[in-house]
Amino acid sequence: MRTSPSLAAVALAIAAFLVAFLVIPVATVVYTAFSDGQGGFTLAHFAAFSGISLMRESFANSLYVAGVTVGLATVIAVPLAYLTVRFQFRGAVLIQTLGVLPLVMPAFVGAAAMQMLFGRSGSVNLVLRDAFGFTLPLMEGLNGVIFVETLHYFPFILLNLSASLANIDSSMEEAAQNLGASGWRLFRKVVFPLAMPGYVAGASLVFIKVFDDLGTPLVLNVTNMLAPQAYLRVTSIGLEDPIGYVICVILVAFSVGAMGGSWWFVKRRDYALVSRGGVQAPRRTLTPWQSLLAYGWIAAMLLLVLSPHLGILLMSLSKVWSFTVLPEQLTFAHYATVFTDAKQMIWNTFLYCGLAALLDVAIGTAIAYIVLRTAIPGRQLLDHLVTVALAMPGLVLGIGYLRTFKGIDLPFGGGALTASWLIFVLAYSVRRLPYALRSCMAALTQVHPALEEAAENVGAGRWSTIRRVVVPLMMGGILAGFVTSFITAAAEISETILLTSRESLAPMSYGIYLYFQSVLGRGPGAALGVIAVSLVAVGTYLSHRLVAAGSPHQSPGGRA
Amino acid sequence: MKPVGVDIRHIALAFGATQVLKDINLVVEPGEFFALLGPSGSGKSTLLRLIAGFNQHQRGEVLIDGRDVTGIPPWKRNVGMVFQNYALWPHMTVAQNVAFGLEERKLPRAEIRDKVRAALDLVGLAEFAARRPGQLSGGQQQRVAIARTLAIEPQVLLLDEPLSNLDAKLRVQTRQELVKLQRRLGITTIFVTHDQEEALTTCQRIAVMDQGVIQQVGTPMELFDFPVNRFVAQFVGSVNLFAGRFRREGEALRFSSPALGELALPAGVEPPPGEFDLAFRPHAVHFVQGAAPASCLALDGAVEGAEFLGEFLRYEIRVAGAIVTADIPHARGRAPVAPGTPVALAVPASELRFVSA
Repeated sequence: MRTSPSLAAVALAIAAFLVAFLVIPVATVVYTAFSDGQGGFTLAHFAAFSGISLMRESFANSLYVAGVTVGLATVIAVPLAYLTVRFQFRGAVLIQTLGVLPLVMPAFVGAAAMQMLFGRSGSVNLVLRDAFGFTLPLMEGLNGVIFVETLHYFPFILLNLSASLANIDSSMEEAAQNLGASGWRLFRKVVFPLAMPGYVAGASLVFIKVFDDLGTPLVLNVTNMLAPQAYLRVTSIGLEDPIGYVICVILVAFSVGAMGGSWWFVKRRDYALVSRGGVQAPRRTLTPWQSLLAYGWIAAMLLLVLSPHLGILLMSLSKVWSFTVLPEQLTFAHYATVFTDAKQMIWNTFLYCGLAALLDVAIGTAIAYIVLRTAIPGRQLLDHLVTVALAMPGLVLGIGYLRTFKGIDLPFGGGALTASWLIFVLAYSVRRLPYALRSCMAALTQVHPALEEAAENVGAGRWSTIRRVVVPLMMGGILAGFVTSFITAAAEISETILLTSRESLAPMSYGIYLYFQSVLGRGPGAALGVIAVSLVAVGTYLSHRLVAAGSPHQSPGGRA
Repeated sequence: MKPVGVDIRHIALAFGATQVLKDINLVVEPGEFFALLGPSGSGKSTLLRLIAGFNQHQRGEVLIDGRDVTGIPPWKRNVGMVFQNYALWPHMTVAQNVAFGLEERKLPRAEIRDKVRAALDLVGLAEFAARRPGQLSGGQQQRVAIARTLAIEPQVLLLDEPLSNLDAKLRVQTRQELVKLQRRLGITTIFVTHDQEEALTTCQRIAVMDQGVIQQVGTPMELFDFPVNRFVAQFVGSVNLFAGRFRREGEALRFSSPALGELALPAGVEPPPGEFDLAFRPHAVHFVQGAAPASCLALDGAVEGAEFLGEFLRYEIRVAGAIVTADIPHARGRAPVAPGTPVALAVPASELRFVSA
């Protein structure tokens, strides 16, 4: 633990970056929502907001959609998590697949495919109408948003809950069995309460993501929710309209509230005793009936989860697909169209996301080192600031950038910052920084300080040690962080929609959104979607491999 | 409640291809405080978990109070278990933890309240009822775990290394309390431990286990004084063990050992037929001036080193190609024998044992 002037300078530079591109834009949004225009404080904008019935309706709808989505996602995820962790069960691989598949496809891309499959004239309803004479309003209005978001976000609960369940010492359950509890009562009274931290973390994340989502409602043409309203106010009425900022403040308040609430919840309860160390009990076996039920549930979920993937693939390959269960003619023409028309967008995605991810791992590595290895005063603040970025909706940051940097020109005649491609790199890097930082922190935590001391002991200076020992040992985590930042930035839509000032600057995600605006664009949009999904899938696979490969060789001989 | 016996007959258990318990036979008498003693991997915890119903044996039967419990799930056995890490649920208070089993048994509310109070009184923690387990010390947590188990009035009490998470001083105090509690309640208790001192000081009888097999069952003194094999001799107390062959030359009995060389055994020693090791405890070894008495085994060697343990000095003495350990009582002011000093050792015939390998 030491301080050095050069590292302190790095810490200051990072702090300045975060203040400029995270704190000030968000503060500007909040300030605008409470400002009367003459520098005074006012609640008039909030009063105006609550005076508009559409706003009240949107608020209620957003709460309703987020709440119901959390509920449905829970119903899907809880049995799956319990099955994988506690039972001897061959379907565990399938469940893990279920946990990753939805996340590789941005929700708004899936939404278009779901419309084709489950919409009023979608495949499922066409079959139902012909066979039974009725249809299901699965994609009508808010239902559609809930349906799409549930299938997209339930993995957050599944993954967090599984991790939490796996961490419960088996003796906790055995003690309950020993005292007479079994089955549902065992789950309800002991297992689920102990897994609560994981569940709450997952559920609050789902709530926030759904509450803030802009892309899915827009693609589904649902505008009576908060995020679309904010977008519409800012883009149609203008950056001066205060209602958009009021909505942003509400979004931020809910995000911070949900994250803070889940943090407080876990903190408040004493889970220090939930430690591993006892004997791992043999997993329980399923009775034939339970097996049937389990496989049935997994098969149904797999089918549902895969439907947007299949749908988007079919859309990208179909010449015409309208009022038929399946497309009638297949073609590769859409891919040809995309490769000629959208080449620039694909390139833009690589450029913006690559640079943003690079910036993220550079900053992430620096912050990890400063927090874990130095005694620079206030170093924890950097970590906390980055965590704040996790709670900031893309929409809010996007609006904040437009407002804050309006009229600021780049040096050397580069034109307005908000009209340049740099704004994408900055916006993406700030929002994806938490992912990269987590990854870098985890990697550095695994590097034993003795390895660095050994380097210094044989004569390597601070920077030389960092360059030749620390960074190489962290490389697995750094690469995983890069890939995660890259793919999540490539799938980003809220900021992207706001910040795209002209088509030549647009990345792929905007391209997909734009194509989906017209019926004729569905094919090419889907083709571009397939490309984006493939990119994200490859990236996800890579980051899993990197994390798996990166861990073993990092502790010095012997165990801690 | 009338104390019950536990009867284990021909139990065999394998996890996959690994045979963990091999033909275990054991009778625990009603009201007895019984220990399963063995190193890790000996199968002692597996046997305990089997009695609790967490492991399923492939062969044999477990009788509790004369009734075969094979196939009865853990939650219907009424066999109380205290876990090594206590397994207190952090989301419940102390009182809620203790009440859990009573609630599962659907007892009336008032009765649960009384029994929780009584169980906590028993372990002296009544005033901690509203605390969370995380707010208690290790020793207090352990007592809550015991109270939680006793509250359901189990037929048999199973203790899985209950003292291993306590510090040395508390461990001694707790084991004495445990003995008192067991005597008072008269409940049949099976105690799993890898610590011989714990087993010797608390239990009426001990089964020493190794590699899934019961090596010997007996009272603490029987095990210490008359170990049946090399493993028990080494695991219960310290021991000097030498492999070799016995040979009778007229009246005289000789022992030739690769390590110790050729030895004359004192009169009155009667080795059983077959291959056996010569064994004696370090505290049975004495330093003598001149020749050893005829009733003793005589050994000549030189001091290699000594550890001072307060009450006694533990000498390492080189005798031919072997090291003999001798515990010599310490008297105030007496200087240790310096390394290199030649010493004559005597071991009384009555302290010599012959154990199978």
